[in-house]
Amino acid sequence: MNKTWLIIQREYLSRVRKKTFILSTILTPLFFVLLIAAVIFITVKSIRNEKIAVVDPSGILKESLESSKTVTYEFRSDVDTGNFVAKGFAAILYPPQSSINNTKNFRIITKKSLSRYANERVEKDISRTMENNLISDSLKIDPQTIDNLKKSAGETKIDFAKLGENENTGGSNFNVASIIGYITAFLIYITLFIYGIMVMRGVMEEKTNRIAEVVISSVKPFQLMMGKILGIGAVGLTQFLMWIVLIIGLSAIMMSFIPAEMLQQVQENQARIPGSAGETSDAMRNMASITTNLSTVNWPLVIGCFIFYFLGGYLFYAALFAAVGSAVNEDAQDAQSLTFPITMPIIIAIIIMVNSINDPTSSLAKWSSIIPFFSPIVMTSRVPFGVPDTVAYWELGLSMVLLILGFLFTTWLSAKIYRTGILLYGKKPSWKEMAKWLGR
Amino acid sequence: MNLIEAKNLKKYYATQKAVDDISFSVAPGTIFGLLGPNGAGKTTLLRMITGIFYPDEGEILFEGKPFDPQKDIEKIGYMPEERGLYKKMKIGEQALYLARLKGLSKAHAMELIREWFQKLEMESWWNKKVEDLSKGMSQKLQFVTTVLHQPKLIILDEPFSGLDPLNSNIIKDEIFKLAKNGATIIFSTHRMEQVEEICDHIILVNRGQKILDGTVKTVKQQYKENLFKIGFDELPRGAAHPSFAVLDQHADHSLKIRINDGYKPNDVLRHFLQENAPITAFQEILPSLNEIFIKLVEGAPAARQFQNVTA
Repeated sequence: MNKTWLIIQREYLSRVRKKTFILSTILTPLFFVLLIAAVIFITVKSIRNEKIAVVDPSGILKESLESSKTVTYEFRSDVDTGNFVAKGFAAILYPPQSSINNTKNFRIITKKSLSRYANERVEKDISRTMENNLISDSLKIDPQTIDNLKKSAGETKIDFAKLGENENTGGSNFNVASIIGYITAFLIYITLFIYGIMVMRGVMEEKTNRIAEVVISSVKPFQLMMGKILGIGAVGLTQFLMWIVLIIGLSAIMMSFIPAEMLQQVQENQARIPGSAGETSDAMRNMASITTNLSTVNWPLVIGCFIFYFLGGYLFYAALFAAVGSAVNEDAQDAQSLTFPITMPIIIAIIIMVNSINDPTSSLAKWSSIIPFFSPIVMTSRVPFGVPDTVAYWELGLSMVLLILGFLFTTWLSAKIYRTGILLYGKKPSWKEMAKWLGR
Repeated sequence: MNLIEAKNLKKYYATQKAVDDISFSVAPGTIFGLLGPNGAGKTTLLRMITGIFYPDEGEILFEGKPFDPQKDIEKIGYMPEERGLYKKMKIGEQALYLARLKGLSKAHAMELIREWFQKLEMESWWNKKVEDLSKGMSQKLQFVTTVLHQPKLIILDEPFSGLDPLNSNIIKDEIFKLAKNGATIIFSTHRMEQVEEICDHIILVNRGQKILDGTVKTVKQQYKENLFKIGFDELPRGAAHPSFAVLDQHADHSLKIRINDGYKPNDVLRHFLQENAPITAFQEILPSLNEIFIKLVEGAPAARQFQNVTA
């Protein structure tokens, strides 16, 4: 055990000290945070105000187009297609010149096309105004009353509550759960690959350098294999923890750079999420509702399960990758053809995961989150939906026990292949030969 | 008591009888040569003694007790044929790591490493990486890591390959010193001139079987062909006699002869004395190990053929 510890130390330190590790640990979260910040920044900045001149001699719109942050309307009669640019308008709007019941033939003339946001805004504004005008005309009601009625109807709020839970979650948290599910499952998917292949390369390096033979004259092959797997696993865990700390830290710093005006916007939105007149984009509103819903997630459970399934899945697959690494020589193509049967279940798992996020209680989701080949990815994606209501306790328990048994089994299996493979040079062994090694 | 006693070792692979019933014993403090052509089964044999492989059949006694790799591994230093070091690791750290894997404490390992590095003028290498070293230099490092933990048994697989004569001699001297201090050394090679210089005892294996076993001296005696060299001031005329046959005549007025069965060197000398030939030298020509090696291995196909093993 003492010697395994020495090997773990070496594997860990030699990787953590590498420049590439330090760079990727620091740069990945920085890149991640900058990307999100850039998306928010661009979204906000691209909402520029467009001035539109409305030429409406017949008064079809009744001068009631409501200006917003995106679009400002001005009812003018002195503007035409010849001079609207010179007068500072981005576009000129001609409502149809016939009757009020004619809702077709609105024309907008621009020099440069308007932004997508402005286009959508104008369409919505016109149809809303027309709706109000039509209703008020035929029912003889004040358009303002219609607006008020619609506003109160739009404020309809549905509380999705589960049986036996009287907590008011303030809206559906299905979306939040699925986003968290996606992110955590993908993280596990990516890390299984990155660290699994790292293990395989490490083993291949030791084999081609012939250092394996020297080390095996001091320790048992199993100790060398386990030392490598555990050492690299510790590297992965370190990287995760660093990322979490850095992302939280960087986001905090980022927040202080975001213009106060924007923060205010977000806060305003939070105050009046439902059916607001919609002065900001839908994305902003979603963000606001996500922030309120994030607090409803059972974070200790999600993070705990994430770490458990990361470690379990890693141990399960890393042992298999180590076995492949021991069986091949430096030829990358040999390695590829042998890793295929290992990477296959990981890819299938990600496909099942996408399905199970949409329906986390389906029997496909349920059973594949119990099978150790898929459980690290599928179960992680289901846990954010809630335990025990979406994932029953017995499912989680069985899945965890099977994963532990699973990695004990793959480790045992791989140790047998590794023991023979690591000292064997020459051609790549066939599956049949490798099966024979198991019997020794 | 022998340090190592191997009895009827067998190791079969799917297509090869790599080691097929080999027995030998190594006395403590001796230098033991394991000879054989490529693919004779030397490396497999050594791997069994180091505990890397288990023999299919047979038994190994280490210090009189059955060999227990777990326990005895720390008393063995093994340098494999293909050198193995971590390329990206610093040399000092690497030596320390390998020493600690052999069970040395950190402080003790450091002390020994400094000692050896000083002895072999390697101190300036400490912070270099293995990839910066030449082949000969990494060979030296590998040797140091093998003997660092003061093993009782040192197993060297082709220790001199890739070394220049200067470094070769340094290592050779160290091997002698280690043996003098009580370590037992087994080394495998196919370079016979080194074996003659270094080894006390040799065995020759070919095609998985032992075909020769003995000290260098007895082996040479065993395979001598009664060849002698006689030097003269001037070549005598009547050089024919039933006691010998002339094989060769050299420009320096010397003859290479074989003494026929039933005669002794004195018979030959007596003949030339009667002839009154001016003898300047008389010397037995013992076969070199190289010649014995070639003679014994010859006839066997140069490359080992694969065979089907039904085991």
